[in-house]
Amino acid sequence: MDWLTIFGNTASSLIGPATLGYALAAIGLAVHFGFAGLLNMGIAAYMAIGAYGYAISILTFGLPWWVGVIIAMIASVVFSLILGIPTLRLRGDYLAIVTIAAAEIVRLLFLSTTFDEYTGSADGLSGYHNSFRESNPLPEGTYGFGPWEYTHNAWWVRIIGILLVALAVLIVWAIMRSPWGRVLRGIREDEDAVRALGKNVFSYKMQALILGGIFGSLGGIVYALPSSVNPGVYVTSLTFFVWTALLLGGAATIFGPVLGAIIYWVVQTLLSNILPALVTAGVLPFMSTSQAQTLRFILVGVALMLLVIFRPQGILGNKKELTFVK
Amino acid sequence: MSSDAAAPATGSVPRAKSTGLHKGDIRPGVPKVDPIVVADGVKRTFGGLTAVDVEHLEIPRGAITALIGPNGAGKTTLFNLLTGFDKPDSGTWTFEGRSLAGVPAFKVSQRGQVRTFQLTKSLGLLTVLENMKLGAKGQIGESFWAGLFPFLWRKQEEEAEAKALELLTRFKLDAKKDDFAASLSGGQRKLLEMARALMSDPTLVMLDEPMAGVNPALTQSLLEHILDLKEQGMTVLFVEHDMHMVRHIADWVVVMAEGKVVAEGPPDTVMKDPAVIDAYLGAHQDVDLGVVTGRYEGELPSGAGEELAAEIEHEHEADAPAQQKRKGRA
Repeated sequence: MDWLTIFGNTASSLIGPATLGYALAAIGLAVHFGFAGLLNMGIAAYMAIGAYGYAISILTFGLPWWVGVIIAMIASVVFSLILGIPTLRLRGDYLAIVTIAAAEIVRLLFLSTTFDEYTGSADGLSGYHNSFRESNPLPEGTYGFGPWEYTHNAWWVRIIGILLVALAVLIVWAIMRSPWGRVLRGIREDEDAVRALGKNVFSYKMQALILGGIFGSLGGIVYALPSSVNPGVYVTSLTFFVWTALLLGGAATIFGPVLGAIIYWVVQTLLSNILPALVTAGVLPFMSTSQAQTLRFILVGVALMLLVIFRPQGILGNKKELTFVK
Repeated sequence: MSSDAAAPATGSVPRAKSTGLHKGDIRPGVPKVDPIVVADGVKRTFGGLTAVDVEHLEIPRGAITALIGPNGAGKTTLFNLLTGFDKPDSGTWTFEGRSLAGVPAFKVSQRGQVRTFQLTKSLGLLTVLENMKLGAKGQIGESFWAGLFPFLWRKQEEEAEAKALELLTRFKLDAKKDDFAASLSGGQRKLLEMARALMSDPTLVMLDEPMAGVNPALTQSLLEHILDLKEQGMTVLFVEHDMHMVRHIADWVVVMAEGKVVAEGPPDTVMKDPAVIDAYLGAHQDVDLGVVTGRYEGELPSGAGEELAAEIEHEHEADAPAQQKRKGRA
């Protein structure tokens, strides 16, 4: 087996665009679920809206890439309002059902041939990189060392991704230690109690949905930044993968989502490299290499179950919070 | 601290009841000299069941009013309606002369009418101090953009914290300030919820069964706290089943049964009202329960009591064979 390639790929995924995209989406989900208690099962829709909003702005309207980012963020705010006004009055588990349905509606709208001209339907969108790459301040060439050796364009994607993750972490940290964050955590515990104290619960939940949604859409952009927008990505399982990353790190923590996303992708990359290699080497004689690729998703599912049962507070979560499970 | 000085002074000194709260003859719906809440024709039905149907009710300002009645009389529903947590089918009600009909719960609270809940709603995974600070009104840092910049709200936060600590000391929860509220006992949560409600300096405090599940010693201190509220100029409206407590601290008692106000008046008068005794108190609330049920010798004041005792006796006999069977099996 080529251990060097396996570990090289694994190490490279530490700062891969997928990792950074997941980290942003998981931060958004942490705002929704960890701090506000909103059981959002439609984070994939926010990522799709981010990615399509970015790509369509550039391809159809010929706008510069940063305008595309802003438009994608605005689109996610509009989606939050459409989703939130009727559903935020619902109780947690109903919200989960509605958001999962909304996410499917969004995905099918992007997949539909009706809007083929703008969305590319099943083919998705690609070739929107010019504006982004033109803005790259790095001179042409290859930089880095060891497994982290990338071209200037690949670095530019990662730099923007890391900056966005850092910004998101900073905002969440700043706002969650403020009285605003306190109200939000109060709502997570018991919204009637918070209402009785004179806080407009609906407004806070809407603000949380919007804030988390913006991070979700940025996650979608970073995920699609280096390559293309593919409707097959924004399926329900994407939502569950982001949830896995979030719960792994700790839902009600600041760095948990980032750590969770990193661990998720490092383990994913390791497994996707090592399992087929093991098959080729004859260690797993009962399966083919393609089956081995699927095995990792089974392992992710098992890991998620174990996590929720045995360490629901995640790696960075407060153990005290677990002592008093409601 | 000032609260320290205040607490022992109010210790077990008997305090004068407020009197002369009403105008005219005492009857259900009697007008008050200075009402803080006025409800008219408030009706709430759940399907075929009329939970609340109050023709006219006035709550006197600056006094402690108890709302009593049998289970299912609509006391909590009335609470929910008055505080905006539920919407009535019809009716109007005002707080300090301003209509509250259709006003959402959080705005009712902002106007100074703060409630607690029958089932305590402490925010478990917030610390006791955070619970308290959440109760403070008009916080700048509670708006999103201001929240991002601590220098805008730090001063206000410190004030809120000082006030919270003072209240916590008064309610003897200061040692627990950094613990999660979930780690408090049931009685302590009641105290916390009441203290939290006071963070906003309300004009009307509405307590839904503040004494339920609280031990006698703590009940004593809760009573004092409630009397203190009145002394500080707040109006208190509370739901309670403990008649000793009602008699002890209430200046005015409103009795509800089947959604209607069936009687009201000063506690001593109301508790002698035959309608109230029938609907709620039962004939022998002054007699030991053992005597009422005939478990041991004692004097029952009237014939009605013997009837009840006989009834209970009868039930006992009906139970007896079942118990015998159980014993036999053992």
